[in-house]
Amino acid sequence: MKLELRGITKRFPGVIANEGVDLVVQPGEIHGLLGENGAGKTTLMNVLYGLYQPDEGEILIDDKPVRFDGPGDAIAAGIGMVHQHFMLVPVFTVTENVMLGVESTTGPLRMLDKPAARRRIIDISERHGLHVDPDAVVEDLPVGVRQRIEIIKTLYRQSNVLILDEPSAVLTPQETDELFGIMRSLIDFGTSIIFITHKLNEVLEIASRISVLRRGKVVGNTTAAETSKAQLATMMVGRDVQLTVDKDPAKPGDAVLEVHDLVVRDERGHAAVDHLDLTVHAGEILAVAGVQGNGQSELVEAITGLRDSDSGEILIGGERLGSDPREIYEAGVAHVPEDRMEDGLIAEFTVADNLVLNGYWRAPYAHGLSLDGDAIVESATRLVSEFDIRTPSIFNDVGNLSGGNQQKVIAAREFSRPLKLIVAAQPTRGLDVGSIEYIHRRIVEKRDEGAAVLIVSSELDEVRALGDRIAVMYQGKIVDVLAPAEATYERLGLLMGGAHPEDHTPDEMAQVAAAAGPVARG
Amino acid sequence: MRWRRSRPPRDRWPVADEMPQDEQPAAQATPAPEHTEEDEEGSSRLGARVRGILLPVLALLTAFIIGGLVIVVTDAGLLGMWGSDPIAAIGASWSAVAGTYAALLRGSIGDPGQLIGALVALDWDAVKQAFGPLSETIVSATPLIFTGLSVALAFRVGLFNIGAEGQLYIGALFAVIVGFSFVGLPWFIHLPLAVLAGFLGGALWGFIPGILKARTGAHEVIVTIMLNFVAYNLINWALKTAFVQREGRPDPISKIVEPGAWLAPIIPGLRAHWGIVIAIVAAIAVSWLLFRSTKGFEFRAVGLNPRAARYAGMSISWSIVLSMAIAGGLAGLAGASVMLGGSKTLSPGFSPGYGFDGIVVALVGANRPLGVVGAAFLFGALRAGATPMQATTGTPIDIVVIIQALVIMFIAAPALVRAIYRIRAERRLGSEVFAKGWGS
Repeated sequence: MKLELRGITKRFPGVIANEGVDLVVQPGEIHGLLGENGAGKTTLMNVLYGLYQPDEGEILIDDKPVRFDGPGDAIAAGIGMVHQHFMLVPVFTVTENVMLGVESTTGPLRMLDKPAARRRIIDISERHGLHVDPDAVVEDLPVGVRQRIEIIKTLYRQSNVLILDEPSAVLTPQETDELFGIMRSLIDFGTSIIFITHKLNEVLEIASRISVLRRGKVVGNTTAAETSKAQLATMMVGRDVQLTVDKDPAKPGDAVLEVHDLVVRDERGHAAVDHLDLTVHAGEILAVAGVQGNGQSELVEAITGLRDSDSGEILIGGERLGSDPREIYEAGVAHVPEDRMEDGLIAEFTVADNLVLNGYWRAPYAHGLSLDGDAIVESATRLVSEFDIRTPSIFNDVGNLSGGNQQKVIAAREFSRPLKLIVAAQPTRGLDVGSIEYIHRRIVEKRDEGAAVLIVSSELDEVRALGDRIAVMYQGKIVDVLAPAEATYERLGLLMGGAHPEDHTPDEMAQVAAAAGPVARG
Repeated sequence: MRWRRSRPPRDRWPVADEMPQDEQPAAQATPAPEHTEEDEEGSSRLGARVRGILLPVLALLTAFIIGGLVIVVTDAGLLGMWGSDPIAAIGASWSAVAGTYAALLRGSIGDPGQLIGALVALDWDAVKQAFGPLSETIVSATPLIFTGLSVALAFRVGLFNIGAEGQLYIGALFAVIVGFSFVGLPWFIHLPLAVLAGFLGGALWGFIPGILKARTGAHEVIVTIMLNFVAYNLINWALKTAFVQREGRPDPISKIVEPGAWLAPIIPGLRAHWGIVIAIVAAIAVSWLLFRSTKGFEFRAVGLNPRAARYAGMSISWSIVLSMAIAGGLAGLAGASVMLGGSKTLSPGFSPGYGFDGIVVALVGANRPLGVVGAAFLFGALRAGATPMQATTGTPIDIVVIIQALVIMFIAAPALVRAIYRIRAERRLGSEVFAKGWGS
């Protein structure tokens, strides 16, 4: 099935989300759709999926114009979408989830025909090497498998065009490789795939054609063979960007953060951090790599006072602090939380209020019980320009800003004071290249001013670009600490999957790597 | 809830209550965004302000229109006329509805001619008579302001205070006990003491669910509802003790508050008392607390995003306990004002549900202190005007209850009002896409 978007324009009041977008997806092609957050990728796909009506332009399937009034029409026309956030019922089995909405029935009582559905799922699963157990309950399955269920759902509905919206965002490197294998199998059977991403290396690896969106327009259309990472990045942001962080070698000073034999339990009582030791020195960046869910969140929460530790000790500047977030903040520790909307910001508060979220209670922002509005406005105005936060006004709700600008608000708040230690968890998750570059630069700046920096990230690019030393965390322990030069993608990937290269034969390592998926339960 | 949005000049810190709800961020951009919205430039702040109160006003209007239909439909005589003589029926219906509403207005605000006439003539008795209805409205509104503030404050911290009724009773008990226990104190000591006692009584009754929630996670809705029952029965018991019960009375009624602790009438001879002034001062204080104090900053942060509040080093438990105690105290002041300004004595069931109406007042007032004052006056007026309306036009009091319910319904469903009057929705989607669209 050939799919064509011709001159698609979609306007929202005050903004043009898509302008004259042309896109041709040939049968059996993986078409990479590349663009920063907010470039209009999602709007375009929502138009294609029938969620929005285009203001101008048309959609053609096999050169015949079609009109989608809702997702139902799009599905009927053979378009399937795998959203970034999975649409699965956790307590249902795989079969039940796949059937949902297209239930087939049998017999005079119109009973659900689960056996038939189950057989088809096994069929699809085997054909494309999906390895999904139709009787498993979804909530017990790791993220990678859930994504495969979403793919089965679309195939079950006989989709010829599959839209994958940032599919690798939740996967380990190994799971991503598996996904790519599945995608290749799908195109062999004639399915076309639209692969939405902002990761350059992925799009180069898997896509045959690549379209780049910027500010709602297609700014480039090329093939993987004739382009390069740098060229794509330039198209995406509209200027040359640095993909590596430009930094001098670290000049480590005294130990600022010392963690000894730390044990932290998660909500279920499991030791998420399991007798862990680490040290971060002034003037260096220690990057902790690891698949999410290996205790990184708990480690960060314990250091920043948000979670009590079970045993062991945490020394900041040689002192043992209590578990009061404010006391730790006062000791000169900045915390960039993992989930900025969940922990770091109050969406309904203004930019100005968010900028004083943890300093509102003392001078100059408060005198006694009374907030000093002038001081808050003054500091907000200064920080907004200093950190280049793009907002119509400092009195706009932070929830209405883009992800990159929200992260800049956090950076502005956390980095604009003398610091001993920065603890940053996934500091650039979901950000576009421009914002990533900016946040990285700020972190390196702070390092050069003598702060100790602990970065926790599941982005290997980030870990390798930023870390002066790279630690790999697996099942609550630091399994190895590498110099950046030794930290190849392969080595990191294996360590993150729990394999220690010295102890294993290559075959064993491959097995462990394949098993890394289930560990990465999010 | 969005009560503090864009505000252009930096001359003053924005107070949330001054901020129109629907104000658009577009017109005032401090650092100029790369795209500016083309239209809307003209409908700047004044327009936005009008839009902010437009919906409540339309909700009120709609409620009265439907209330009018109900008046017509429920009048058997009018209904019969529609069958026989529709032309005359239109006129008769119109005059019936207009007459009813005029009576409601006269009963709650008074006759404008009479008001002006009395003031011009400076005839004391005429003034008293003319201001009678307004005085009744104020009497009804006073406790509603307190309980409305109580519910609104707790709501800002993310708590549903269903216990304002119980807190009001305990506040009333404390105020009355202080009121009759001290004989011969000068008023400027006795009155503040009695008012403070009312606050503390209510605060105690709010503190209990607060501490239970903070320490054990007990849900405040359940606890406050149950504490209402405890409060009623505690009052019943207390009124039978020798210490509280009036001498020589077999029924549960308290001793009479000493005159030193009375909230005096504002105009001698009318029932409206200085409690209303305390209520308005309380509204201003709550407004300051919520929007200009560090504690209020914490309260609102905890209410909107407890995780972020904790991350920022705030104590969620302390915010819950403190806000529930203050909310209880405000409801306690409602009880104190009714005791010290109205009945001067405590009897069981004296409150016609001020505590529960406080929930409605907070809703209609959008949990904003000044909105609460406005809503309390609205409901106070409906309550005060209902009886005179029934007396003069024969329209049953229930019509007022229907109108109240309709107002609440339309305020709770702004989309309905927008649909009726074809008002374009706040361009949330647009502005969001706008803010996200120009990248970072």
